[in-house]
Amino acid sequence: MSEAVVKPLWRRLIGFNLLSGILLGIVGFYFGWWLGHQIHAPSLEYFADTNQNDVALLLGYLFAVIGFVAGLGFLNYPFSRMLGGPATQAEKEEGGVGRYFTLCTDHKVVGIQYLIGIGFFFFIAGMNAMLIRAELLRPSPQLFGAGNYLTLVGLHGTMMMGIMTSGILGPFANYFLPLMIGARRMAFPRIESLTFWLLMAAGAILMTTLFFGGFPTGWTGYAPLNDEANFGFDSYIFFFGLVGLSMTLLGINMIVTTITMRAPGLTWGRLPIFCWGAISTGILMVLAAPVLIAALLMVAFDRSVQTSFFLSSGGGSPYLFQNLFWFFGHPEVYVLALPGFGIILEILPVFARKPLWGYRTAVAGILGVALLSFFVWQHHLFVSGLNSSLRPFYMFSTEAISIPTGLVFLAGMGTLWRAKIRYTVPMLFCLAWFFNFFIGGASGVFLSDVPSDVATHGSFFVMAHFHYTIMGGLVFAFFAGIYYWVPKMFGVALNEKLGKIHFWTMFIAFNSTFAPLFALGLMGMARRVVTYPSHLQPLNDWVSVSAFVLGASMLIFLFNVVYSLVIKRIPAPANPWDSHSLEWQLPTPVPVENFERPPVINTDPYDYGVPPVALPPAPPAEAPAPG
Amino acid sequence: MNEPNHIRRIAIAWFVLSAILTPIVVAVIAPTLPPGDATSAAANQLFDDTLLLGIVTPIAVAIIVYFAYAMIVFRRQGEPSEEGVATRDNRAVHIPWLAGTTVIVLFLATFGTVELADAGAGGGQGPEPAFKLSGDVLPVQVIAQQWEFTYRYPTYGGVETAHLELPVGKKVEFHVTSLDVIHSFWAPRLGVKADANPGVDNVAFVEPRQEMSFELRCSELCGLWHGYMFDTGQVVSESAFGEWIEEQKRVFAPATKALPKYSTHYFPEPERRAG
Repeated sequence: MSEAVVKPLWRRLIGFNLLSGILLGIVGFYFGWWLGHQIHAPSLEYFADTNQNDVALLLGYLFAVIGFVAGLGFLNYPFSRMLGGPATQAEKEEGGVGRYFTLCTDHKVVGIQYLIGIGFFFFIAGMNAMLIRAELLRPSPQLFGAGNYLTLVGLHGTMMMGIMTSGILGPFANYFLPLMIGARRMAFPRIESLTFWLLMAAGAILMTTLFFGGFPTGWTGYAPLNDEANFGFDSYIFFFGLVGLSMTLLGINMIVTTITMRAPGLTWGRLPIFCWGAISTGILMVLAAPVLIAALLMVAFDRSVQTSFFLSSGGGSPYLFQNLFWFFGHPEVYVLALPGFGIILEILPVFARKPLWGYRTAVAGILGVALLSFFVWQHHLFVSGLNSSLRPFYMFSTEAISIPTGLVFLAGMGTLWRAKIRYTVPMLFCLAWFFNFFIGGASGVFLSDVPSDVATHGSFFVMAHFHYTIMGGLVFAFFAGIYYWVPKMFGVALNEKLGKIHFWTMFIAFNSTFAPLFALGLMGMARRVVTYPSHLQPLNDWVSVSAFVLGASMLIFLFNVVYSLVIKRIPAPANPWDSHSLEWQLPTPVPVENFERPPVINTDPYDYGVPPVALPPAPPAEAPAPG
Repeated sequence: MNEPNHIRRIAIAWFVLSAILTPIVVAVIAPTLPPGDATSAAANQLFDDTLLLGIVTPIAVAIIVYFAYAMIVFRRQGEPSEEGVATRDNRAVHIPWLAGTTVIVLFLATFGTVELADAGAGGGQGPEPAFKLSGDVLPVQVIAQQWEFTYRYPTYGGVETAHLELPVGKKVEFHVTSLDVIHSFWAPRLGVKADANPGVDNVAFVEPRQEMSFELRCSELCGLWHGYMFDTGQVVSESAFGEWIEEQKRVFAPATKALPKYSTHYFPEPERRAG
């Protein structure tokens, strides 16, 4: 594509890129829509009354995605191989801005695509949260009707839980995992690019629910409400299906890359801890996401061709959906959390200036959380009336997760022992992560205890809990990663002073937003309600105002991005943090082929610090488990 | 190298702070927490919360003290290139830590199970509850539908009422079911929460101990007017309850005749696209 630089702009827009992808996607949608109207059976009795043709909409989405993917050029290579073309690995790796808008097999381009794309949807879902909090300023509906409010809640939850599954793996693992293990690319570069574009297609499809009346189910989409929902719910089905597909492929890529592409000498015992986070997340993705896809397929059949997998009136069971959903859903929340563990423990030694303490312990912790996460899902169903004799088991397995989580905390605490902490912005986010995640974990112990859960289940207490673990965990780790790695990704560092203002605003506003929600939940505020008892208004107003400040802190970050990356552009040194990790030893910008020759690794990347002179006193043993 | 004894300092700070804070949390703050102790189930839940707070507080203090100490004492003070001490591992820390967390988890699980065995702590336990409230009980059926609750008293001729009243001091056996989608019957002060599933009889037990009025609401997203699916219930004296239920039987006598026979659940035919 090197000659593309000299072509005029209009000529460069023609080809397999985002533009043709969108055009073919739209064509595909209308084709599927038309097809659906041709084949729909007259036996679908409700269709005549409501003019809601699920078959047409689902087919429309299906062909839209096929058109989009074909327009981006994903089908070229398979067809060329079938016609006897040569086997190649690289596509569009050279050349200008154009490669960011198409199928590109350079993992560094995909990483930046992910960062921008996920940032976009994170912003939209965050705006939904602002609207939700604006509505909750008053105990009765002011801004939106009940239906629009539920759609907002559903959009916020679904988008965050769907898109942010790849929030850390997408940008950072795609970009840095190959660099950290001394590889030239990911194992499946085209699939890597596909995961990104599928996720973007999913996000766009979820947004189109607004044209079809939204959906009233929240992100859980329980049956039989999902069967009753109008056809905006088909967007939800297709969104989560595509996210599940993207997650599965991403997970396979992470696992295979880490297993097969490590540089000579990079034994499992020397693998950076972030890669351990990535591979265990990959395992969760591969095992959990297909269950979601299967469940959603059944929902789609229930809605479109009148099967009754989940309808008790037709011999099905709503419990089946709940079980399948949470069998995916609980590993899913660790899909969100585990990469955060990896980032935090990766960054901590760099700024503590000493080795990662208890490396094996940390790995055991991460793998232990991943394993246990498959055995806890019924704690979401403690009051559902399902299997009451199994409650003690799920209570135990849920509480047992605090043992491996405690090991991760121990590794972090040991790393700080007799360190020389440098308070950079990424380090501040790391330390805040421990604070937030501890509160999230400790409140999780209350929720795992069945009697206590009876009081708090389905209330704002739960919401506070998972925002502490996901926003306080994932998003803080995400920002730690951004501030830490942006100098390598863009060759320019983010402004330190603005970064600190951003951090403190965000940290204080975050706690001020979510800590009162624990109290609100205990006082009887249920989730997803547009009205609430008027005596809860003062606390709700406090939370709303804090949430607006939290939203404003994101604007400080955006301002920092524009100021540092667009206006100032002060070139960053190749290794500004004096890190020993492999990715920082490369020049900035990282060459397309990463390494001229495969690096040989003879140590783990944590050889910081001076050897202990005297026998150091041991870290305290009296501090027991963090929740 | 004049290294102060960090461990002793942290241990002392931890001990002093938790010795002050734990009693305050357990004895002063916890008793004021919802759901209060107006029923057996609520008291059970509050007891759990109190004990958990008693365990979590010293742990939280330990974590916060450790991090605060490390962040202050182990910060870089000298030149920019200063490095920490390269300690990598210490078995003498791992083993007690692992043992400590395991013991706490085992204790919590055992304790939670014992507490759960007390009639399921007010939670819905499905058609065959594993943990029952023994003795003479008053069965009350809660029927959820979009978007209201109604109540049937099978021992009073199967009368169906629009509001919930319970006699004080009487053991109550709720049978929660739904006519359409999944709802959840939640009365915070009563300490009862049970999902209402179509075609399922979800049983929950509670014994109200004092007269009161309590809020109740749906706590599982059930469609458009979920936010409006709430009501107020009463716990009244036994004689007042007797009068009220006779009044209901009289007022609703024609309706009761038209109702289907009392059943643990009513196989519903959910109407598609109602929401």
